[in-house]
Amino acid sequence: MADAPPMFEARDLSRHFDVSRPLLQRMVAREGRRTLRAVDGISFDIPKGRTLSLVGESGCGKSTVARLAVGLYTPTAGSVRFDGRDLGAARASADQRRRMQMIFQDPYASLNPRWRVKHIVAEPIRAFGLVTTKAQEEARVAELLTQVGLSPLDGDKFPHEFSGGQRQRISIARALSSNPEFLVCDEPTSALDVSVQAQILNLMKELQQRLGLTFLFISHNLAVVRQVSDRIGVMYLGRLAELAPAESLFRRPRHPYTRALMEAIPDLDMTGRERIPVGGEVPSPITPPSGCAFHPRCPLANDRCKRERPEMKPAGDAMVACHAVEEGRDDAMPMPAIVRDAA
Amino acid sequence: MAETLRRFFDSDLWFSFTRSPVTVLSAIVAAICILGAVFAPWIAPHNPFDLASLNLIDAFKPPAWTEEGARDYVLGTDDQGRDVLSAIMYGARVSLLVGISATVFATLLGVSLGLLAGYVGGAIDSLLMRICDIQLTFPSILVALLVDGVVRAVLPREVHADIALFVVIFAIGISEWPKFARTVRGSTLVERNKEYVQAARVIGVPKARIMVSHVLPNVIGPVLVVATLNLGLAILSEATLSFLGVGVPPTQPSLGTLIRIGNDFLFSGEWWITIFPGVALIAMVLSVNLLGDWLRDALNPKLR
Amino acid sequence: MSNAAPLLEVRNLRVEFPTRRGTLVALDDVSFSIAPGEVLGVVGESGAGKSMTGAAIIGLLEPPGRIARGEILLNGKRIDNLRYEQMRRIRGKEIGAIFQDPLTTLNPLYTVGQQLTETMTTHLPINPAEARRRAIEWLELVGIPAAAQRIDSYPHEFSGGMRQRVVIALALCAEPRLIVADEPTTALDVSIQAQVIALLKTLAREKGTAMMLVTHDMGVIAETADRVAVMYAGRIAEIGPVREVVKHANHPYSAGLMASIPPLDRRVERLAQIDGAMPRLSAIPRGCAYNPRCPKVFSRCADERPDLMDAGTTRAACWLYASEVPHG
Repeated sequence: MADAPPMFEARDLSRHFDVSRPLLQRMVAREGRRTLRAVDGISFDIPKGRTLSLVGESGCGKSTVARLAVGLYTPTAGSVRFDGRDLGAARASADQRRRMQMIFQDPYASLNPRWRVKHIVAEPIRAFGLVTTKAQEEARVAELLTQVGLSPLDGDKFPHEFSGGQRQRISIARALSSNPEFLVCDEPTSALDVSVQAQILNLMKELQQRLGLTFLFISHNLAVVRQVSDRIGVMYLGRLAELAPAESLFRRPRHPYTRALMEAIPDLDMTGRERIPVGGEVPSPITPPSGCAFHPRCPLANDRCKRERPEMKPAGDAMVACHAVEEGRDDAMPMPAIVRDAA
Repeated sequence: MAETLRRFFDSDLWFSFTRSPVTVLSAIVAAICILGAVFAPWIAPHNPFDLASLNLIDAFKPPAWTEEGARDYVLGTDDQGRDVLSAIMYGARVSLLVGISATVFATLLGVSLGLLAGYVGGAIDSLLMRICDIQLTFPSILVALLVDGVVRAVLPREVHADIALFVVIFAIGISEWPKFARTVRGSTLVERNKEYVQAARVIGVPKARIMVSHVLPNVIGPVLVVATLNLGLAILSEATLSFLGVGVPPTQPSLGTLIRIGNDFLFSGEWWITIFPGVALIAMVLSVNLLGDWLRDALNPKLR
Repeated sequence: MSNAAPLLEVRNLRVEFPTRRGTLVALDDVSFSIAPGEVLGVVGESGAGKSMTGAAIIGLLEPPGRIARGEILLNGKRIDNLRYEQMRRIRGKEIGAIFQDPLTTLNPLYTVGQQLTETMTTHLPINPAEARRRAIEWLELVGIPAAAQRIDSYPHEFSGGMRQRVVIALALCAEPRLIVADEPTTALDVSIQAQVIALLKTLAREKGTAMMLVTHDMGVIAETADRVAVMYAGRIAEIGPVREVVKHANHPYSAGLMASIPPLDRRVERLAQIDGAMPRLSAIPRGCAYNPRCPKVFSRCADERPDLMDAGTTRAACWLYASEVPHG
């Protein structure tokens, strides 16, 4: 599989936002411009038919990566390549856009409340001129609605007549309507109830197998990510902390942040263990800490971590950005309980 | 059509309407004003503009229920012997025409510019909003006076008389578009960042189409409220301009004109010439404003 | 723990929403109790009525919702029929409320110190200087660093996680005997979530405060609650000790709900799912509300509505556990 050319590649991808206050206020307060480094130099690739997930806490930049991937944002630096062709240099061509689609987090905001479902689903079909007659369009919409587990009759209704889970199905039908090969899913189940989440995750896996889709999956939920991913990238303050094959990440998390994140997850099995919270708060991405951004919260931090920013280096079958792992000091931090229990 | 009607009578809007006596009363008053104005040529007892039917002997007749009143002239007559009731109906016609046209003009201009400012943002947004800011620091009647004055100064008198009505409409409309632009821009800023708009952007739907087919239908609700409330204001603005003598041409007297003319006789005892047009104006504006208030509450999900 | 006299008792609570299309029953025949020092978790899907139960207890039902039947007793005294002013006093002193969004609870115009001292001087017999001293203590207790300096900050000067801790301090500072917490950790990141949960747990244990914890997050329930109530379509489907409900649920709905949680320790090809969706309040099926989705449905379920009955380790509203033979 490693030989297959990647469907999607991000190379040193960065996106900075200017969050300065208006000029007049800046002059009064005598402060300079302020830049938010939402995504700061990350690289990964996704082979065709596979799923790569990005996990991290809010503000880590994972949703920005999703928007960079589909061209809603243009990169500040670095590039995005889709099927071997650069997307960043010029605007994506209609053909490239047709082949990539996005599923959003909030099923209540992602469907235009004034449109009937059949028009929502048909929008990409019309935008790309995929069918020529009205009858063809109707047939295709009916087929898509059936494919996501809805009735073709639902096409005449408005979004408010559906529950959150059904709306997310409509979103998926819309995303599939242009026959895409690559789907970017930004927290597609985090606004849903857990029983509905299972329905949607099953549906997405099923569609991936049937249609050979490639997924970039964004989530904050490690358990969800484990179910869907082939590879997982853990993000912290705009950078990748660790990038590893899914099973290997859960068998042996290397980066101290990954371990802390796993340790903080509530324990459903009620083994009686206490969660060990990660100390401190996520720092502001406008004024990130020096050196390794995680060092103020890291039990393994030393002087080098405060000074020098770690680069992604291979460690086993993973890539890890951590001085402690590179120097072999990481054994000082115990593996999370769930890893120990599994072993 | 039947389907649309059925849905309307089943809607929350209709429900909240029937539950508010003040609103129902306002709607009735507004309907009387509007129907009376629209059908004036057919239902008015006299034609105040038909010089042949005017008789100076009938001048200054008080209302019908007073001792000297004539049954023919329910609300009395003015100095020319014109029936006040008919003059009000014809005058309301002009007032409504100007009010509605000016509001439609202000709405179209304000909604388009607000949508553009909110969706495109950047320099266009800053420019348009600064114009709004500047204009909103002046009372709108002052803006209307200024526009009217400029047009008068630029155009020759005989041309001006022909287009005076349009000048007033333009003047009032241009003085009130910022309210619409601000309302629409605010809602557009919210809608623009919603995910359904992003979904359309992902597939490359052109900006203009996103604005018209996605954003516009979702920002139009508050505009209806502003437009209704604004209609009352526009009618008042027109009345003020006409009262000051710079509004509609004297050949087409509006309610404001009638009030101005009657004003001269207020102290000589012929109060009805100015009071009744005044009452009509108040009834019209108040009922429209009450309807607007109700619409605002009914469309506001937080108050429901 | 359940032997102690209950602090809160809810009996046959029914909440209705009159609408022009008829009356919607949002909560029906909900009964449970919480003992001092006990944490009752309330779980269920959105719209199941778990937040509404909390709102009914603290007397903040959104109009036109109203309690149509049943009673709520705090320490043996009815609180469901009190007037707004009386209820407001109880809300500060005896019941503390924590909501999902800290910004709705904090007044942006006052410093957190002012809000804490004001709450304490209103409800406790102490002077302002003492209240301020205790306010600093509370802020330290909820884990706000440099509390003595931060006490004069405004809510917006705190980060999200810190703000939620201030809300918790505010809910606790008048030393209420009952805390109603509605999704207190949902807006927080996992790492912060763990800190807040640990804090609530410690406080319940040390101060003997009873807590009703409303959340959709089973993980939070599993590690915090002593007992759990699972709600479905406005009724309690199952209630019992947390370990039993989470690991060996008796009601088919609770079992399905627990099974659909993605496991963290392994990858499964297909997650267990409950087909369909919870019914809307306007279209609750006859008989057991869960019967159209239930894998163990039988004839009785479609006709008769089950009440909570003994199901061995827990109490479940399910005909599977009916002891007598169905008549007819």
